[in-house]
Amino acid sequence: MSAAHETVSPGSARAARYVIYAALIFLALVYLLPLYVMLSTSLKSLDEIRGGDMLALPGDPSIAAWVKAWGEACIGVSCVGIKGYFWNSIKMVVPAVVISTLLGALNGYVLTKWRFPGHKLVFGMMLFACFIPFQAVLIPMARLLGAAGLSNSTAGLVFVHVVYGLGFTTLFFRNYYEAFPDELVKAAMIDGAGFFKIFWRILLPSSGPIIVVTVIYQFTNIWNDFLFGVSFSSGEASPMTVALNNLVSSSTGVKEYNVDMAAAVFAALPTLFVYIVAGRYFVRGLMAGAVKG
Amino acid sequence: MTTIEPMPVVVPERRKPSLADGLRNGLPKLVLAPSFAIILVFVYGFILWTVYLSFTTSKMMPIYKWGGFDAYYRLWSQPNWYVAMQNLAIFGILYIGICIAIGLFIAILMDQRIRAEGVLRPIFLYPMALSFVVTGTAWKWFLNPGLGLENTMHNLGWESFKFDWLVNPKMAIYTVVIAGVWQASGFVMAMFLAGLRGIDGEIIKAAQIDGASTVSIYRRIIIPLLRPVFLSAFIVLAHMAIKSYDLVIALTGGGPGNATELPSTFMYSYTFTRNQMNVGSASAVMMLMGITAIIVPYLYSELREKNQ
Repeated sequence: MSAAHETVSPGSARAARYVIYAALIFLALVYLLPLYVMLSTSLKSLDEIRGGDMLALPGDPSIAAWVKAWGEACIGVSCVGIKGYFWNSIKMVVPAVVISTLLGALNGYVLTKWRFPGHKLVFGMMLFACFIPFQAVLIPMARLLGAAGLSNSTAGLVFVHVVYGLGFTTLFFRNYYEAFPDELVKAAMIDGAGFFKIFWRILLPSSGPIIVVTVIYQFTNIWNDFLFGVSFSSGEASPMTVALNNLVSSSTGVKEYNVDMAAAVFAALPTLFVYIVAGRYFVRGLMAGAVKG
Repeated sequence: MTTIEPMPVVVPERRKPSLADGLRNGLPKLVLAPSFAIILVFVYGFILWTVYLSFTTSKMMPIYKWGGFDAYYRLWSQPNWYVAMQNLAIFGILYIGICIAIGLFIAILMDQRIRAEGVLRPIFLYPMALSFVVTGTAWKWFLNPGLGLENTMHNLGWESFKFDWLVNPKMAIYTVVIAGVWQASGFVMAMFLAGLRGIDGEIIKAAQIDGASTVSIYRRIIIPLLRPVFLSAFIVLAHMAIKSYDLVIALTGGGPGNATELPSTFMYSYTFTRNQMNVGSASAVMMLMGITAIIVPYLYSELREKNQ
């Protein structure tokens, strides 16, 4: 550090810091701009949108567009707003997250503490399943759901999200349990504790952080999914993202930008809320999914 | 602990096998089996099914009549498919390149002992929590040629400013790049920042004592040390680029015309709306091959490194 101080005068060092802060603040504003525009547009009237400036604050903020988006906006032929689709998404996300997380925890436990010949191959195959383009399974899944009478149903979507989320949840728990000391498990075995007892009493109580990471990751991914939703459901049974796209891309009648933006805010709220409350875990999940611990 | 002497701790599981031991050995596999079976059937089985469909004459519904390479021949003689491939190349290169450049740039700025890091970091990262559909909707409005950015610039006094990329077939694909970069670059920043924090400070101190300037320390020492992060970022972004579907649908709907067609939108429209299921399947197989070529060597090397 001393060398740096000798070569750089204090004045230019301070100038450099101003430049860095200015650049960071500018970039932060750029990243915030679309969210700001989305929110402010949703609070404006249509006249103000047409006559005014996108960046201007709403002159007379009103939540009329929010009310309309929630309960009255027309999606397809029915004009009952997005609330039904919002609940569809909730009904889809909650069971899918719970089941896939639970299975992932058990899989991770087996793959680290009860290893068997070929465990690496099994894990490798589950891992690769995380990365396949879902287009490669779309047609067979559509056929299967149709044959099982599950197409266009929330149960069908729950099933699909559990199946294609398993790879990631297994990956998360496997990497976490890998670092869990084997000695504790061995000691419990000697005490006569069985498979489930060890899991329940020893691993699960210290799995808090990875459960949070997995739940957030799965929640975000499933809530934000569009491809499965649009492929396996339609009309009233669609999840929120599909309904939002239908609302925004419909070309009939007057384009109500404020209602579109309010609906987009509704679609974004749950994941944004999770991000604000538990951002640290959210980032950790993204990283684990990308760089694999 | 009370009933067993601490002596026989060495290899405790090597005792006479009883029924209980048999069950104990089988139970873990029994627990894993359903998940593994699900993956085998619904991932690998379904992939084989799709591959098979691509060799049939399926149109609106699957027909299991052998068609040979006909679907592949038709796919590769489809001008639309070339548009999709070209767009994927443009989108992929720019999306990966710009995300990495911006991500690294912000990460380096953030690594200068910034006071408000806790406030800034979430701002760069929040787009990653949004659905692509929300991102597409927001940017569609933001870039609206009549009322969006263009109008704002006119109001600010820049009357000649023109920004019609969203409806301009030549430029529409770049709007997808802009929205995609906005969404993912913060995440790349977080990856680089984690990498920067993992670098041994001693190396940098030594270079400073040798009189190296900050710029050359970054160019010669720090950036080369971040190689693994570059690789990870590349893999993640390439994977996201090939799969991207929602963003294009929400932002441009694949248009104007077919100007922003990507392999993912091509697959969907040929399968479900144009009734050429075999061609759609063939395009899905091409996408799978693309991702496999990127992911498998990466996973293989990662799993091997861990063993050492």
